Amino acid sequence: MSSVVADKAHSTLLQPQGNPPNTAAAKNRITIRQATAEPLWLKVLLTGLALSFLTLFLLLPLVIVFGEAFSKGWQVYVASITEPAAAHAIKLTLLAAAIAVPCNVIFGLGASWAIAKFQFRGKQLLITLIDLPIAVSPVIAGLCFMLLFGARGWWGEWLNDHDFAVMFAVPGIVLATIFITFPFVARELIPLMQEQGREQEEAALTLGASGWQTFRLVTLPSIKWALLYGIILCNARAMGEFGAVSVVSGKIREQTNTMPLHIEILYNEYQFAAAFAVSSLLALLALLTLVLKSTLQWRAAKDYAEAAKLRAVE
Amino acid sequence: MGFILAFFSKRKKSVLPGFGLSMGFSIFYLSLIVFLPLSALVLKTFELSLAEFWQVVASERAIASYQLTFGASLVAALINLVFGLLVAWVLVRYSFPGKKIIDALVDLPFALPTAVAGIALTALYAPNGWIGQFFHAAGIKVAYSVFGVTLALVFIGLPFVVRTVQPVLEDVEKELEEAAASLGASRLQTFARVIFPALLPSLLTGFALAFARAIGEYGSVVFISGNMPFKTEITPLLIMTRLEQFDYAGAAALGTVMLLISFLLLLVINLLQHWSNHRYGAEK
Repeated sequence: MSSVVADKAHSTLLQPQGNPPNTAAAKNRITIRQATAEPLWLKVLLTGLALSFLTLFLLLPLVIVFGEAFSKGWQVYVASITEPAAAHAIKLTLLAAAIAVPCNVIFGLGASWAIAKFQFRGKQLLITLIDLPIAVSPVIAGLCFMLLFGARGWWGEWLNDHDFAVMFAVPGIVLATIFITFPFVARELIPLMQEQGREQEEAALTLGASGWQTFRLVTLPSIKWALLYGIILCNARAMGEFGAVSVVSGKIREQTNTMPLHIEILYNEYQFAAAFAVSSLLALLALLTLVLKSTLQWRAAKDYAEAAKLRAVE
Repeated sequence: MGFILAFFSKRKKSVLPGFGLSMGFSIFYLSLIVFLPLSALVLKTFELSLAEFWQVVASERAIASYQLTFGASLVAALINLVFGLLVAWVLVRYSFPGKKIIDALVDLPFALPTAVAGIALTALYAPNGWIGQFFHAAGIKVAYSVFGVTLALVFIGLPFVVRTVQPVLEDVEKELEEAAASLGASRLQTFARVIFPALLPSLLTGFALAFARAIGEYGSVVFISGNMPFKTEITPLLIMTRLEQFDYAGAAALGTVMLLISFLLLLVINLLQHWSNHRYGAEK
């Protein structure tokens, strides 16, 4: 606390141009450049450069998705996203995410509990292994499942004999999606729970709470924002996965086509307006994800500040 | 799996419950979803003799694809290194209208599906596209060339450098800069000698992350590259081609090579992060 106060005092001393005490001074204010700030022209130049870069790489791709989607009017747009093939692709994407995300949430909670609350051998190795799917190319992920469940794979014959399709069917798509989105919840939770330590849980146990009560009433409330963020990020990646799913799906229309695969087919058939119309739905999902992320970060910061205030009062 | 569980279960005593359950489930799930499929890949590669393996992974077409994949990824990661630092700097140090929105938008490449990014960038940079037409007039081909591949990889890797540098830059102590200035350093000297060294570990981490992500990228590149063998064919696409020809062992061999490289990169990134944390902790 004391260092924060000192910082504030320090910075007001060094900022003669900030908040002038009376209007007379404000009128003939001379801007004195701090020794630790850049000249105005450089600030403007750097900001301009950064914004141009972001416009070129982030804003324009986003704008063109919506621009092209509506290039042939509302009717084509609505028709493109409601035609049977598109509707089926949307349903399949939602289904895959609805299975993959809860699986990875349970794993994320389990793994972060074990990693953050206990000391054991090889912890760093385990964290690295959890990150592995992020570094593996999605095509390789798809290939792996092909080698396990494909017609000539390890279990291909057995599955075929028992009339259960994994490859070129929904289970394969779900598995590939789980692999790709595997680390996202765990990655959000592990650093946060490590930082929080285990004193609160230990206190709850000492006061007679059961293990499950401790987790539900002590741990879960303190990680809820990070957990929610992990879930929405995991969901966005699950719905948008392309490489791994395109290996295992077989791209059969109205059977194993997810939204990103449907976009690819439309695009390759030169149905650009339709391809961008379906894309615009995924772009909206991405924007929604970003909005939720910012909101969650803001809520988390607010909670954190309140907790700090409470501690200060004590 | 039992062996793996036995390895990780040596631990210090704790009063908290649930270690066995959470650890057991985590290892089981990790083995099922990650280890088992990856070991199928490596084992498939062993079906090839050494000579056959070499013929696949060192064929002219494969080497051309490595050159493109690693070359374009390296250039893209370098561009992201420079512009990522610039964006992080502007977001942390300056204020301008709409800053919060811009800050949130930086994560767009994480959230936007790669296929959508791919067709959007292709539409922008195609010879008749909004931006591509100007390059076309100047005689430069962007989409369907190496430039296009690099462009897509810049997009994919954009958030990594910004998001690793940003928090470190926020924590750089102003006092150090004041001290440097009062000792007579120019602003540039202060940046080069005081701020930059503090940011270096996070810059390298962000660079390595962007590079690792770019190497495996598939979705955004296939649309913009044009996919010409020897010219604009990335390694993941070559794997895809082998798969479509039912050459599973060949695809697995290429996959294993890429997997090894990814794993090495992941280790490097972990070491960098360790260094970064250590250094940051020491300064505190």
